[in-house]
Amino acid sequence: MKSRDRLRIGAGAGTSDDRMVPALELAERGDIDYLVFECLAERTVSRENLARSKDAELGYSPSLHARLRMVLPTCIAKGIRIVSNMGAANPLGGARAARKEAADLGLGDVPVAVVLGDDVSSIVRHRPELKLIENGEPLESILPKMISANAYLGADVVGEALNTGAPIVLSGRVADPSLFLAPMLHEFGWSYDDLPKIAQGTAAGHLLECTASVTGGCFGWPSKKEVPDLARNGYPFADVKADGSIVIGKTPDTGGRLDVMTCTEQLIYEIHDPTAYITPDCALDITGIVLTQDSADRVRVEGARAQSRTETYKVNVGYADGYIGEGEVSYGGIDAVARAKWAAEIVKERLKLQGFVYDDFRVDLIGMSSLHDQVEIRPEPYEVRLRLAGRTRDRKAAHAIGFEVRAMHMHGPGGAGGACEPRVRDVLAVKSVLLPRNLVNSQVLVEGTL
Amino acid sequence: MSVRVYDLAHARAGDKGNTSNISVICYDAKHWDFLERELTPERVAEAFKHVAKGPVRRYPLRNLKAFNFVIENALGGGVTISLAQDIHGKSLSNVMLAIALPDPEAQK
Repeated sequence: MKSRDRLRIGAGAGTSDDRMVPALELAERGDIDYLVFECLAERTVSRENLARSKDAELGYSPSLHARLRMVLPTCIAKGIRIVSNMGAANPLGGARAARKEAADLGLGDVPVAVVLGDDVSSIVRHRPELKLIENGEPLESILPKMISANAYLGADVVGEALNTGAPIVLSGRVADPSLFLAPMLHEFGWSYDDLPKIAQGTAAGHLLECTASVTGGCFGWPSKKEVPDLARNGYPFADVKADGSIVIGKTPDTGGRLDVMTCTEQLIYEIHDPTAYITPDCALDITGIVLTQDSADRVRVEGARAQSRTETYKVNVGYADGYIGEGEVSYGGIDAVARAKWAAEIVKERLKLQGFVYDDFRVDLIGMSSLHDQVEIRPEPYEVRLRLAGRTRDRKAAHAIGFEVRAMHMHGPGGAGGACEPRVRDVLAVKSVLLPRNLVNSQVLVEGTL
Repeated sequence: MSVRVYDLAHARAGDKGNTSNISVICYDAKHWDFLERELTPERVAEAFKHVAKGPVRRYPLRNLKAFNFVIENALGGGVTISLAQDIHGKSLSNVMLAIALPDPEAQK
């Protein structure tokens, strides 16, 4: 393994729908060594499992093609290595797709190291007694409807994949911060016993994993929290030294802002107990972290602590749980709210008359109560959009909601306009269990010739 | 006289399953003690009672001029099954920012 005393790791995506151009800017102008694409939300792997069941070559993140096509020429030319969980439910298929993109771009035979073993569905199927974290019930209760079960793997196996030397590493489910910690393990040879360094690396990964959320995205507020040139906000990187020191920066000549305020919001994001943010690599403690502005658009991160990693992996179990149907229609002008409320009652009665039942049902007056409820204390707006939504095991019942809302054009209170087409979507629910580490066999394969 | 959380702090909401976590970060560290005294988990639970069943836990983060509020049963059963428009509860930070507290100046 080559050794260096510093490296720069860039964040190229923080969700499957993340913007693409800032990743290219980072590759071109950010002087990075690694580009990490984090593209899996909680239910994404379930969705991709369904795609794979229809076509065995699919099941990786559909955005893989566009993302790689955009950055591969630059990354290969500059020797920037790519790490990503875009393999989703089919990392091997993703690797073949990535290699084809490289070949089509004239980049030749680009080997891809693939991380396998996160798919533990065949293992948990034999352990119906595992307890669901959310409600304490046995896994057995959702096993018949199970679509996927994936363990959140850690940085160790991704680091092993990097050890192969392949320019691209693709995985399925890996915890978000672990994707960023992996290059540090690989480059610096950090041990899991060296908890201060594992803690610093995990904190850096957590700060980077939502890309623009640390560079002024999801932050700005007119006249209160100004963000310059937000339309051209850049993606962040971490400058990491072998001793565990971390500075967060962003692509030069981009918009946005990176300071202690943006970093603090991201540092606490999605953390519960701040003394024990559990990842597959450690239990991170952020209560000693000090953030300081190093220079313009650069923030130093110090003082992360951690306890050793737990003996279990968290496993997300995805399962089919019926359908959600919804419909929307608008009312404006005099008595707009009264007409919308009347329409809601009519739709509900018509659904009941047809014998449809729902596990959960909801009426929103968009413009008054769709986000924070409490319709009774909100001022009446000039116009309001009525939305009805319900969850049910019966696809017909789900479709009927949007159908009956649309019928408000002709069969409801006066002046209804702009109803949407009836919407129905499959519910892919997710619950989780803990699985002992020794039951999970993570491994690395290489597609192509090294 | 009262002051809103908005006047003293900024906030962001995150989601995990059916739990929302909302950071409250002081613009100025000198307001941290006031918020520790006044922005109690009970007060936050009251403000969120229409959108979250709770319970609400509060974790102090003095090192970051901040608090982390963890609000359970807040996301319509969870991101994957919620009927809400805002399934992640990203907008819930604004319920926090709107909470009115006794004016810190008036208390001196």
